[in-house]
Amino acid sequence: MSSATATVTDAVARIDRDTALRWTRDNGVYVALVLIVVYNLLFTPRFITLDNLNVQLVLVTRIVVVSLGMAMVIGTAGIDLSVGAVMALSGALLVQFSGLPGTAAIALALLVGGMVGLLNGFLVGHVGVQPIVATLAFLFAGRSLAQLLLSGRNPSIHDETILGISSGSVFGVNGLIVSAAVAVGLVAFMMRRTNFGRQLLAVGDNPRASYLSGVPVRRTLIGVYVISGVLAAWAGVMDTASITSANALSSGLNYELFAITAVVVGGTPLTGGRVRVVGTVAAAILMQLLRSTLIFHSATDAVSQMITAVVIVGAVYIQRVRARA
Amino acid sequence: MTTPTTSTVPGGSASVAPDNASGPAGRIASIGAGTTALLQRNGVAAFGALALLVIVGSLIWPSFHTADNLRNTLLGNSYIGIVAIGMTLVIITGGIDLSVGSVFALGGVVGVYVNNQAGPVAAIVATIVACGAIGLINGMLVGYARMAPFIVTLASLFGVRGLVYQLTSAGATTYSVPSDSSFAHLGTGTVLTVGVPVLIVVALYFVFHTVLEKTPFGLTTLAIGGGEDAAVLMGLKVRRTKVSLYVISAALAGTAGMLQAAQLVSASPIIATGYELQAIAAVVIGGTLLTGGAGSLIGTAAGVLLLGTINAFIRELQLDSTWNNVVSGAFLVTVVVLQRLLNYRRGD
Repeated sequence: MSSATATVTDAVARIDRDTALRWTRDNGVYVALVLIVVYNLLFTPRFITLDNLNVQLVLVTRIVVVSLGMAMVIGTAGIDLSVGAVMALSGALLVQFSGLPGTAAIALALLVGGMVGLLNGFLVGHVGVQPIVATLAFLFAGRSLAQLLLSGRNPSIHDETILGISSGSVFGVNGLIVSAAVAVGLVAFMMRRTNFGRQLLAVGDNPRASYLSGVPVRRTLIGVYVISGVLAAWAGVMDTASITSANALSSGLNYELFAITAVVVGGTPLTGGRVRVVGTVAAAILMQLLRSTLIFHSATDAVSQMITAVVIVGAVYIQRVRARA
Repeated sequence: MTTPTTSTVPGGSASVAPDNASGPAGRIASIGAGTTALLQRNGVAAFGALALLVIVGSLIWPSFHTADNLRNTLLGNSYIGIVAIGMTLVIITGGIDLSVGSVFALGGVVGVYVNNQAGPVAAIVATIVACGAIGLINGMLVGYARMAPFIVTLASLFGVRGLVYQLTSAGATTYSVPSDSSFAHLGTGTVLTVGVPVLIVVALYFVFHTVLEKTPFGLTTLAIGGGEDAAVLMGLKVRRTKVSLYVISAALAGTAGMLQAAQLVSASPIIATGYELQAIAAVVIGGTLLTGGAGSLIGTAAGVLLLGTINAFIRELQLDSTWNNVVSGAFLVTVVVLQRLLNYRRGD
């Protein structure tokens, strides 16, 4: 009798514990974001001001855009290492097409980004190459292609349309923030309201079962990599617009790693079948604020890198609970 | 309770081309899956391609197969060659080690610093211990905390690079060794005109090839990649083996970094960024599957040399060295597509 009661109590305790753990796992990134804002309100003078928040958001926009594509790819249990290289290539293409009107140059840059995604998606979906290898190839090739296009120079961009993305504003909100917000809205809509979003998650969860139940697995995979490529190219355009010149060496460098970090800290598992759009955005902002906070408190970049490492491990350690619970 | 399978490389296990068997891949596979599997296994295919490249190069350029050229190519690729040993072993278990580039830089800094304080022997020991400790952290998180190798080692890629910047005050402190010191000879010295690092890398390949193919430890490594749950049920020491492999990978990367620092007579905090990707490329080209369970160090050696020979080609063609990456990338795609087509029946 008493043992039965104990079992029930145990079970209840376990459910409570599981619920708590699951809550932490799902909302940890938001809690961390709130904590860092509160910390700065209390301890960092002149940090939480509209101006500075604006600066921080502008800084994070490119990573957010790239991370959205990465989150979708990771949702299919894939990975896209080519995004940073696509960013650099996209900037170089804007220079290459500088004779054309800005809109056309941007369209061509996005087209090339989509074509890189098509290649990645074809290799993953049709040939069956592991995503990490398929996209690694373009990580090597893309940045070098951009360097060859620019032949070692960092030409300035003069086109008003392109520069307007960064210098312009909509209702007083910086153009880069608007661009990123639109991308977030589109991806969130795609993931929540469209068949494509559901199919993407199904493919990530179990490609074989998805195939057997009539999900167009290959087309979905190609679509996902194309979207990631286009978003990365768009981030490249944003980057070029904000630094007003193309730089094949530094544009988008290591962005694949930053994006993976944002996606993972945001709660999207690398094993696929789940995509957290808002979590990814929150994590990207969290990492940016963390870095800036450390710099405000005169920590070096070295320290901020080490803390990044701890945050990644901590975030994933919490998520690991999912498998158990 | 479901057992989390943490050893998966992202996408590593997702072979999603369910109806490929009816496509051209299936037809090619039916011709000679057995033969091609055999060719793959010991990097025979990679060595074949390597031999072909060298022969073509020698026919075109008289200077291509000179001893000098060979020496330079071997020396230039010995560091990535050492890194690729650890990477191969980790990948065979279905894992991955993204931290090797950062650990490489750490190895250089620790090696030079300790050498200047306490001499070369202490430097070698300290490098292996310090970098091995990083590997121990990676390994514990992967093996015991059951976290995904990709994420754990991504975190240490950032963390260890940060540590290296911290140690060198973001590059402001230069660590250099006198060029006539015995430590420098580890990198610059020669035995019978062959560079010391080349001899070390050959010895390391020999040792680890034997370990992988002939010892229980090596068989456990292969078994983990073949099926981790099965390996656990067979009573193999899965977790301990995994931890050891990450320690080995980090210790080798650190050693490589130390040797290169010795060759350059100084340690640079920004060296070896992206080495993890080069090493992965070499391993994959050498026929080791990212899904784990199959692979060989001979193949990896061929993969490293192939990428090195491609670079030599670009040099001979007097193209901008930027083409290296473009050609290597295209080559990597070609190799994996061929592997996929030829290995179809095995791969799914």
